[in-house]
Amino acid sequence: MIRVENITKSFNDVEILKGISTEFEKGKTNLIIGQSGSGKTVFLKCLLGLFEINTGTIRFEDKKLKEMTGKDRTILRQEMGMVFQGSALFDSMTVEENIMFPMQMFTKKADSEIRDRANIAIKRVNLINANTKFPDEISGGMKKRVAIARAIVMNPKYLFCDEPNSGLDPKTAILIDNLIQEITAEFKITTVINTHDMNSVMEIGEKIIFLKNGQKAWEGSNKDIFQTDNQAVSDFVYSSDLFKKVREVYLKN
Amino acid sequence: MLKTLFSVPSKWTILWRRVISELEIIAIISLFIVGLMSLFMGGVIALNTAYQLTTPLLPDYTVGYITQQSTFLEFSPTVMSLILAGKVGSNIASEIGTMRVTEQIDALEVMGVNTHNYLIFPKIVSLSLYPLIISISMFLGVFGGYIASVYGGFSSSADFVEGIQLDFIPFHITYAFIKTLFFSFILATIPSYHGYYMNGGALEVGKASTVSFVWTSVVIILLNYLITQLLLT
Repeated sequence: MIRVENITKSFNDVEILKGISTEFEKGKTNLIIGQSGSGKTVFLKCLLGLFEINTGTIRFEDKKLKEMTGKDRTILRQEMGMVFQGSALFDSMTVEENIMFPMQMFTKKADSEIRDRANIAIKRVNLINANTKFPDEISGGMKKRVAIARAIVMNPKYLFCDEPNSGLDPKTAILIDNLIQEITAEFKITTVINTHDMNSVMEIGEKIIFLKNGQKAWEGSNKDIFQTDNQAVSDFVYSSDLFKKVREVYLKN
Repeated sequence: MLKTLFSVPSKWTILWRRVISELEIIAIISLFIVGLMSLFMGGVIALNTAYQLTTPLLPDYTVGYITQQSTFLEFSPTVMSLILAGKVGSNIASEIGTMRVTEQIDALEVMGVNTHNYLIFPKIVSLSLYPLIISISMFLGVFGGYIASVYGGFSSSADFVEGIQLDFIPFHITYAFIKTLFFSFILATIPSYHGYYMNGGALEVGKASTVSFVWTSVVIILLNYLITQLLLT
């Protein structure tokens, strides 16, 4: 579980995050949604420890992030997996080497054992015949799968995804969403996903946090979002006619 | 940055692999350009010297002597470093800059990797073999001068060899190697800094690469003056 208490973050006297408090539960897909510039990415980077928060507390289980020593943070980061928006695969490594990398770096396992575990992760994300290919030789959807495999290969406690299905066709986007949700439930991971994609909100949003101007404007599940009377959330989620109709159908039934 | 750069690596085997890979990229690939430039510049130095020496009062071995002195003292250690600031330095800045733009550095940090140590330290280690490349440059520079001078009819083989051996001071080699060791550190660190701390997109990667070349060249020239002042005067 990740507990966030009243965190703020400013850049050059401009307050980007304004006192956000929430909890991300274990084994659930937690979604952060909001318009561009609402502070989603900054919030995610604060959770990852890439940005230092100004005030407030972020707790991983019971440990405060701010009070952790450099060594504690290194250990914590080895318990984290991250899927970046652009996949962030290492260009100079093959798909298999990308996935093997965290284990080679932080475990004392033999290369054969590391390769076996990497191949289990590759199988889990349904990647076929891609082991020896380089990132620039595979499609966007495959890159996301490699990034997910790399993120889960160390059996992380926490999985963070920044717009995991941006730039993907709708079918592949749903496959990636489902894959993340399955992995979250299967390995009891605390997953936090930063997204714009309303399909993801409807499909896998077990807990959704809506950010507006750096503040938490709404919190609930994908079921609650159909019934919300929060104007800001409705304006954002039901901005397209399609989702308006989906909502009408859902409420009728 | 310096503290994390020189901290103990997470895994020595990974560091070793990175050093070997960097050696291939930085040193081995540079050998061709170093060899080609040294050979021809050595030849040009000899030709220019011969062209200037119109007075019969100067002995024939002067061409060999000046070629040796110019190559050992300045051309190979300094001019080659400036050329490599363009080739190796730009390569380093754009490689690390692209990793920054494509979030690969963030990915390493999230994993808990000491990115300074992982990305930059192997470049410093592999470039510490730079004096070896410079010694090849020295040899090829003088050899180029020999070919141009002897086969161009400006000096006999014996005169040229006499010129090379005349007043040969072994400390000049030590001086050149000390200079190149400092330059190798500059060649690895300044471009790495500009690549690592850049912000923006592809355009900024290009800018970082250019700025790193300018700064590397300026620091090499200033350092060259300082080291020469300290060691030769």
